Amino acid sequence: MATAKRTIWGYRRENGRVGVRNHVAILPLDDISNAASEAVAAHIKGTIALPHAYGRLQFGEDLELHFRTMIGTGANPNVAACIVIGIEPQWTQHVVDGIAKTGKPVAGFSIEGNGDIATIAAASRKAKEFVHFASAKVREECPLTDLWVAAKCGESDTTTGLASCPTVGNMYDKLIPAGLYGCFGETSELTGAEHLAAARAASPEIAEKFMRTWTAYQNDVIEAHKTSDLSDSQPTKGNIAGGLTTIEEKALGNLEKIGKQVRFIDVLEPAEAPARGPGLYFMDTSSAAAECCTLQAAAGYVVHCFPTGQGNVIGNPIMPVIKISGNPRTVRTMSEHIDVDVSGIVRREMTIAEAGDALIEAIVQTANGRYTAAEALGHHEFVMTKLYRSA
Amino acid sequence: MPSQPQLLVHDHHDNVGVVVVENLSAGSDILGVVTEDNSEIHVVCNQDVPIGHKVALRDLAVGDSVIKYGQDIGRVVAPIRRGDHVHTHNLKTKRW
Repeated sequence: MATAKRTIWGYRRENGRVGVRNHVAILPLDDISNAASEAVAAHIKGTIALPHAYGRLQFGEDLELHFRTMIGTGANPNVAACIVIGIEPQWTQHVVDGIAKTGKPVAGFSIEGNGDIATIAAASRKAKEFVHFASAKVREECPLTDLWVAAKCGESDTTTGLASCPTVGNMYDKLIPAGLYGCFGETSELTGAEHLAAARAASPEIAEKFMRTWTAYQNDVIEAHKTSDLSDSQPTKGNIAGGLTTIEEKALGNLEKIGKQVRFIDVLEPAEAPARGPGLYFMDTSSAAAECCTLQAAAGYVVHCFPTGQGNVIGNPIMPVIKISGNPRTVRTMSEHIDVDVSGIVRREMTIAEAGDALIEAIVQTANGRYTAAEALGHHEFVMTKLYRSA
Repeated sequence: MPSQPQLLVHDHHDNVGVVVVENLSAGSDILGVVTEDNSEIHVVCNQDVPIGHKVALRDLAVGDSVIKYGQDIGRVVAPIRRGDHVHTHNLKTKRW
């Protein structure tokens, strides 16, 4: 169909992937390198620092996830070049080496033995070089379906399941068969719809892998740590204000995001890059918006579609987040946050198919460089997922 | 397309619908549309119900299941009459 043949103007990176933004990222390896990273970003125009809370004394699976998220963020095609700053050189170099596999310019700096000021000076010189490199890049015409487009919903209400999530699902039904990479996550938030999610796996093996992942989250996270029936957390207070009563109801609306036809072809670890070619992927993530978006960006997704009912304001520093809402009150009271108004669906003035086309148009415009509401408003939430306490 | 509905119902098996207009007051005779096939239903709502909140389409007893999307979304914990606001005061999860 015509939409699948659309093109966008993106940045073709050294590894063949297409990016839609052209960031020079200043990535702190650890919490105590935030100050130096932010100083470099304040000094050299056209760079962005990605401060976060972790990176020290992590171990085991949690450390692997930390490295995967750091490397994946630097490797994302929306990042043209990357500076990594850490307290010591060894872990810093590990992340630099991981990002370097993409072929993009990357350099690491460590603070111990140098101090912040000398590190900032050296990193600033390199960052300036990288800004010249990045800003000389010219957008090229690329197939729309070369994009990797993730989805996650937030501050959901009952209109999410009626309008904004089916809009994303319709977009996936149209673009994934033509070669798009898609991604949904939110493991705990599929509770009550897990049987329907499993039925959308591409094979019995993938369905079984999904159920193992979902069950592990239930047992190791929810059951292990809950002090109540989670009625105060899942659904959230915002969900309840919006009319959602139970996790089952919330999950059924959430799952509308994957459309009616497409099947997911693999189950990814948090921040794991998809490796089975074009198609829809499920990623094991928290349902907290910033955590989920950060993991999806680290897996290589370059555009995000975010249905919201009550008005979640989330953004991401490197991946544009497109907000879709079908709640007539929210699109009126929080209009500055909404990119695609699909409230016509609940008035029966707009079909889901028309809404899906409107979202595809918004994806094309965003990919071509138009700022999303979250970008214009300065939302760049970068939140690492941590699995357990550090050593 | 039918005229603008005040209530939307996902599936014919559902025993609740979702209010999609603001300022719906008690006693209103509201037009509902089942999105599955655009068929129309009518129900009188018994309370003021905010946009996004649910209204019962039939009487429900304690222990009954509330059905939405054609699926079980929890158990009734206080008696519900057709037209009642359905939310945390009369519906609870069966999970967690």
